Amino acid sequence: MDNLPKPFDRRDSALILAHILFAFFALFLGGVAGLLQGLVRGGANALPFGIGYYQLLTAHGVLMALVFTTYFIIGFLYSGVARTLGTLLGLPRRLGWLGFGLMTTGTLWATVLILLNKATVLYTFYAPLKASPWFYVALVFVVVGSWMSGFGIFMQYRYWKVLHPGQTTPLFTFMAVVTMAMWLIATLGVAIEVLFQLIPWSFGWVETVNVVLSRTLFWYFGHPLVYFWLLPAYMCWYVVIPKVIGGRLFSDALARLSFLMFLLFSIPVGFHHQLMEPGISNVWKFVQVVLTFMVVIPSLMTAFSLFATFEMHGRSLGAKGLFGWLRKLPWKDVRFFAPFMGMLLFIPAGAGGLINASHELNAIVHNTLWVTGHFHLTVATSVALTFFGITYWLIPALTGRTLTPRMHRLGIAQTVIWLVGMLFMSGSMHTVGLLGSPRRTSFTTYQDHPDAVLWMPYHVAMAVGGTILFVGVLLMLFNIVTLLRAPKGRPEEFPIAEVSDAAEKAPALFERWGVWVGILVVLILVAYTIPVMDMLNHPGVGAKGFKTW
Amino acid sequence: MHIHRLEKLWLVFGISMLAVFLTVVGVGAFALGMEPPGGHRHTVDPEKLSTTAPFDKPGLQRLGNGEYEANIIAFAFGYKPDVIEIPLGAKVNFNITSSDVVHGFQVVNTTINMMVVPGEVNHLAYTFTEPGEYLVICNEYCGAAHEVMMMKLIVK
Repeated sequence: MDNLPKPFDRRDSALILAHILFAFFALFLGGVAGLLQGLVRGGANALPFGIGYYQLLTAHGVLMALVFTTYFIIGFLYSGVARTLGTLLGLPRRLGWLGFGLMTTGTLWATVLILLNKATVLYTFYAPLKASPWFYVALVFVVVGSWMSGFGIFMQYRYWKVLHPGQTTPLFTFMAVVTMAMWLIATLGVAIEVLFQLIPWSFGWVETVNVVLSRTLFWYFGHPLVYFWLLPAYMCWYVVIPKVIGGRLFSDALARLSFLMFLLFSIPVGFHHQLMEPGISNVWKFVQVVLTFMVVIPSLMTAFSLFATFEMHGRSLGAKGLFGWLRKLPWKDVRFFAPFMGMLLFIPAGAGGLINASHELNAIVHNTLWVTGHFHLTVATSVALTFFGITYWLIPALTGRTLTPRMHRLGIAQTVIWLVGMLFMSGSMHTVGLLGSPRRTSFTTYQDHPDAVLWMPYHVAMAVGGTILFVGVLLMLFNIVTLLRAPKGRPEEFPIAEVSDAAEKAPALFERWGVWVGILVVLILVAYTIPVMDMLNHPGVGAKGFKTW
Repeated sequence: MHIHRLEKLWLVFGISMLAVFLTVVGVGAFALGMEPPGGHRHTVDPEKLSTTAPFDKPGLQRLGNGEYEANIIAFAFGYKPDVIEIPLGAKVNFNITSSDVVHGFQVVNTTINMMVVPGEVNHLAYTFTEPGEYLVICNEYCGAAHEVMMMKLIVK
């Protein structure tokens, strides 16, 4: 391969950069909401301009969990597809812009409704809390927009396959196709909920809504959503990190197999979010708990592959002893350091996930701050730090600028601030959650009940962590502005690892999408048909809408 | 497809642990009776709770043999009744439903943690062996005054 980094087509980099910058704009707004929230919960209970705590909570959730992640992911996937398959074709690029336009329309619209206090229903919008119907319409724009970008990626991929018959797809693109396929199949659930239940009901065309069904459709989407955040981080860990450290990918075929397993086991598992709920047989809950736990297998494969890459590389540089190779890793390279810390924290984060998804252990932690701590460790640490790490080379690669040593130092400082903030915040959330403090709740001592008073020091520690994290957000934005103004010159490379010489070619079966989607459909039908038929056949009287905020 | 020998060992270990863990969870749930709440359909009209048994008489009912039934209605932003006195050592069968939106029913320092969904009744049995004043909180966002929604169980 050529040694000089390939520059991006200007039109491609414009599309990708638009997504990345909008993502960080959302991170900033969501960060402001997060900071205020942390301060309120910690006891400083005076919000300006009559803003409500739950309004902030809705804005924080929507902007961070849905907007920041989705925009960043689509930008990242497009960048890797353009890098590994070649400049985007006209139609995929136009679909990317169409998606960007639809998502941005929906996002701005939804944010305005939240700020007007017409949609304070949190990002899970559980019926029968009834938001303005236009909030649900705005969500449709966001989801349909993301579909357009997905179709663009599929189209570029198909075109490449036609031109390269019999060749194995570059790993990055293969993973991007898996991620988008999972997203499309998973969002069908929330699309059905919004289009057929919430929109007709919120406009008043029908009087009641089947709450159990709506929650089931939401969580059919809600769990794969977290894998939609995670898989792009895995893509960076598998494909980018080995190149950054100067090593090679451990096994291309096993990387592909693990992604296919994530596709199969991330969707038919939504019931583990509904373990404490009435209306679903415990046998079906257990079936989905078992399927949920299956993701342990690809997770362990990923962990092995990554650390094998690190160790092989360290030893090739002459590292001695059991852990000598650790010292050979490029700790001062932010492109490695930020994602690596994310990867490392995914070990306790994943273990916490197993607790959440357990049939009975869930009763201890369900809806407590433990859960909030869990996803601040998974999404807001593992995924966010990986995305930050990507940003440090992606923006220079897109704009043809150089990642200076000063930027590396700033990036490492930002990563450390983020880690310290999360240590305080997520650590206290986990602990106080075990003591029983609920999530999604404004400052309260429950009439000075002694149990609730005990939680307060942890809430203060959360506020301290949140404040440190806000400094981290500001430094990240400063870093992005600095990156955009970095000296032009030899453009930063887009790191794509080559596979180790010993590795074998991936089996052609891996790209028989009919087979994998077929297996997935069977798993979904097994996991959902009987309980959903029960919800449809014995729907009860349904629930009318309420506006309780 | 070739899998490295050490990776095979690693996966065999991991998958065995997975099997052990799921067996423990499954046996605990279905053989030892530690099932989560709500494994049933019991629908109710949320607008007619005042005339539907058992919610027409919210509160604690004695069933005999040291067993009781606690019938509770959750609403924005409280529970009916808001205090229940329970004799020490009693086994209490909770029946709970909502008259409006989705709520939570979490008894701090116990494993009682239920979602309260309008139109559905959630059930859970629990035996109180420690005396004290238990704080019950709503742990699912239900509106502007969600943070004041609470009740107490007094065990003596």
